[in-house]
Amino acid sequence: MMPDLSSLCRKGLEALYPDKVKITVGRATCGRASGAEEVYQALLAEVKERGLDCTVATTGCLGFCQEEPLVCVQFPGKPRYVYSRVRPELVKEIIVGVINQNMPRKRLLGKVFEDEVLITGEKVKMDDRSGDRSLAENPFYLPQVKVATRNCGYIDPGSIAEYVARGGYLALQKALAQTPEEIIQEVLESGLRGRGGGGFPTGKKWDFARKSPGGVKYVICNADEGDPGAYMDRSILEGDPHTVLEGMTIGGYAIGAHTGIIYCRAEYPLAVATLREAIKQAEENGFLGDDIFGSGFSFRIEIVEGRGAFVCGEETALIASIEGKMGEPSPRPPFPAERGLWGKPTNINNVETWANIPPIIMKGGKWFAGMGTENSKGTKVFALVGDIKNNGLVEVPMGTTLRQIIYDIGGGTGVFDFKAVQTGGPSGGCIPASLIDLPVDYEELTKAGAIMGSGGMVVMNEHACMVDVARFFITFTQDESCGKCLPCREGTRQMLELLNKICAGKAEMPDLELLENLALAIKDAALCGLGQTAPSPVLSTLKYFREEYEAHIREKFCPSGVCRELFELTIAEEACRGCGRCAEVCPQQAITGQRKQPYRLDQDRCIRCRACLNTCRHKAIKVVPPRR
Amino acid sequence: MNVTEIEEIIARHQEVDGRVSGILGDIQKKYRYLPEEALRLVSKKLGIPLTQLYGVATFYAAFSLSPKGEHLISVCHGTACHIRGAVQLSEILEKKLQIKEGETTKDGKFTLEAVRCLGCCSLAPVISIDGKTFGRLKPEDIPGVIAGWKERDNCDA
Amino acid sequence: MNLTIDGKTVPVIDETTVLEVAQREGIWIPTFCHHPGLPPYGACRLCVVEVKAGGRPGLAASCTLPVADGLVIETNSPRVQRSRRILLQLLLAVTPGSAVVKELAEKMGVNTTPFEINEQENHCALCGLCVRVCNQVGAHAIGFAFRGTRRRVTPPFGKPAADCVGCRACASVCPTGDVKFTEKGDRLFGENWGADLSLARCSSCGRLFTTEYLFNHVKTKLGPDYSAAKLCPTCRRRSTANVMTGSYLGKVR
Repeated sequence: MMPDLSSLCRKGLEALYPDKVKITVGRATCGRASGAEEVYQALLAEVKERGLDCTVATTGCLGFCQEEPLVCVQFPGKPRYVYSRVRPELVKEIIVGVINQNMPRKRLLGKVFEDEVLITGEKVKMDDRSGDRSLAENPFYLPQVKVATRNCGYIDPGSIAEYVARGGYLALQKALAQTPEEIIQEVLESGLRGRGGGGFPTGKKWDFARKSPGGVKYVICNADEGDPGAYMDRSILEGDPHTVLEGMTIGGYAIGAHTGIIYCRAEYPLAVATLREAIKQAEENGFLGDDIFGSGFSFRIEIVEGRGAFVCGEETALIASIEGKMGEPSPRPPFPAERGLWGKPTNINNVETWANIPPIIMKGGKWFAGMGTENSKGTKVFALVGDIKNNGLVEVPMGTTLRQIIYDIGGGTGVFDFKAVQTGGPSGGCIPASLIDLPVDYEELTKAGAIMGSGGMVVMNEHACMVDVARFFITFTQDESCGKCLPCREGTRQMLELLNKICAGKAEMPDLELLENLALAIKDAALCGLGQTAPSPVLSTLKYFREEYEAHIREKFCPSGVCRELFELTIAEEACRGCGRCAEVCPQQAITGQRKQPYRLDQDRCIRCRACLNTCRHKAIKVVPPRR
Repeated sequence: MNVTEIEEIIARHQEVDGRVSGILGDIQKKYRYLPEEALRLVSKKLGIPLTQLYGVATFYAAFSLSPKGEHLISVCHGTACHIRGAVQLSEILEKKLQIKEGETTKDGKFTLEAVRCLGCCSLAPVISIDGKTFGRLKPEDIPGVIAGWKERDNCDA
Repeated sequence: MNLTIDGKTVPVIDETTVLEVAQREGIWIPTFCHHPGLPPYGACRLCVVEVKAGGRPGLAASCTLPVADGLVIETNSPRVQRSRRILLQLLLAVTPGSAVVKELAEKMGVNTTPFEINEQENHCALCGLCVRVCNQVGAHAIGFAFRGTRRRVTPPFGKPAADCVGCRACASVCPTGDVKFTEKGDRLFGENWGADLSLARCSSCGRLFTTEYLFNHVKTKLGPDYSAAKLCPTCRRRSTANVMTGSYLGKVR
């Protein structure tokens, strides 16, 4: 059937901007984890009970995950109210506000005065600019430029009409009227590079797959987002699934594939369910299937669920997994573009990469290349998490500095000093506070000993031990190594042995040299990308925090107070204001004292759980070497 | 295990891509593990060596060869959760349930497992019970969460 | 097509990998998981060489590195040596008793390992030769299971290998001598796999020479033309010789 874009668009606009009050709840996974379902049910109940004529709708994640559950209230033609950390109690007040047309100010994060539709450039203005703070001017949102996440938190992911109303599937229509070569040229011009890890130019990858001989080809969406600390792909799949379907269909047309496969990790059940519904709606409306837009091009998309193996994020392991085998990587060359799934030419891109395709096709490669740095174009979504004030997903132009991301958007690390930021997950590294003005792009991160990876940014304050962080990641890779090649399997096992020794205070200085040589050998000799980058967390912490390793070895002291055998906690009398918070949180009653007098800590009862350390706003709890 | 049920699951999966994963996933869901006889049957019906299926069954974290508990508690050990106290959550859960991570309680009610990242890093540390995620947890919250889940279970029964 | 290996430019004749070209040229590259009769695998990484030009620069396993025109390879650069030494130290820690590994290590000047030594009885280094040859034979009796450091070679469910045919190919390719078969009476035991097979007795000399399974398998494969007599290789040779001599003598007469 021929897709009917205009009637879908009309239907979508009616749903997005109805002529009655619309209350929207962010019901993606982070919203749900914060109680969005209870809020949603409470809203439905209140509306029903009071017989209100208003819509209660669902949307994805607006990115400000720590402020979830987010609830939006929109009166026809008026600015939209956005409430944060909504609890069922606040629901009543919101409903009363709706009835009285006098909305509460409690937990009001800001107001939305204008919606911009990125694809078409249209702006939906809502009158009345006066009064409350604009959400767009919130420091968390101000520097952001949303391309891949343009629809997340705006549309109902279960409604294809709302996607179309925001310019969805226009790019597909446009692409199918062009030649595949023209599309590849556009993607090449955009400078888009893989957002999943390696950063290989997407256009070049497509070109290889297109030129590979063969009648049957595949495109795959890598949705096996396994990097701990990164979840932008989940958010896109849960909030805007059609952009991935549209991107893949355009990619399929460009390289000559008729089958697309989304390999989605099992830990994301909501994403899988959202995708299934989206595929169904796309098929029903003629965006997937035979002879799409009368072009003669046919394309289908299926979902294969991952079963919990980090290594399957690696292209060749992912392919083995789809074929029903253990997820073991195989040597490249041959690359999947030559010999991939079932031996056929295969092109694999990750979720965020695919999500960038429709805007690039619609607005042109030059537009995309206008953002970013010389070799890293466009925007990148980062998961800004850890010891930071504002947690969430942020999308900024490439080249934005760490300082802008961590301090301007993230609001800094509070009373505790910023120590390092870990980027790129288990394949990445720790960047120290001294490099805070680093512009974030592929080259700069690599130069600093980390990588872009999929965009995880875990911020750590002075209470994070870098040796422990390295050990955390090596535990991870050791556990997630497929075990096929010797350096990765036995090498990570031995690295972990050494790190355990260091963290237990049982290592000697030659162990450090051995650790470094072993790390370099694994980097050089391992079979796949996972193995080759497994030593990065060790190498980068050795590069910037060697003195911390040395303190563990020479002084048997963990200066950050993490490695349990290697420190003690005391209260510095001169800094203690006698507020008593530390005593309240101590599970051992090891801290005693009187208000407004310095408190005391009983070493014999202390289990070094660090509850006091993280609670004291005056930094009166000190980490000291253990008595021996 | 019931042969007809397994045959139905196999029949439901006619796709080429991801067929093995789909079939084993459904069996795991139904029985909360992969019974040996089921794998033997799948091997015979699909003409896939049993060694390959056994390899797959032991390789992926989502599959298990012994029954998991009625309720699955997953403690996220992603980076953000790690630096914000996931280890302490695990310790208290292990103490409370009297099992180690990866084990199932004697009454078969709960399985405790460590997972790599639930993708809720902004709410770290998080755990999930039967797919429902709980965020911003402190060790002292754990008893309440478990009790709440047990209560829900009684209501369902 | 030409490659440059260690400064010498050589043609590619019918080789498909860099390792094959090097071996033809008489250049020694250590290998452990490689077997010329099996497809390349690339697990032990001992055969890493350094790609200097004509491909992605860095180290690559020569057993899986496809030949390409203009490739410039160094088989013994300092970087290669550094990695190989560590790999051998790792291997020594996994399989401390293996004579093959010791010899390889000594060749590279490695006599001891600084790493924690594997104290277990099982000294399998997971090179995968046994699994690959078993699949090649078509028996699929053993395979890899689990992942990472828990990875091991085993029959399904760790139970006696029901599909083992007793060909002993796994034992013959195992570089550490870890795979063992023993004969006891007319039984053959595959110790690692818990296999227990009955041996076939030669109907002429009475010697045990193969497993009943394999004898019957070959008989079915070769069809009715194949003599049904259960003969060991020696007796079969003699019998064939007798038949041929008979017919020859018959013709001469």
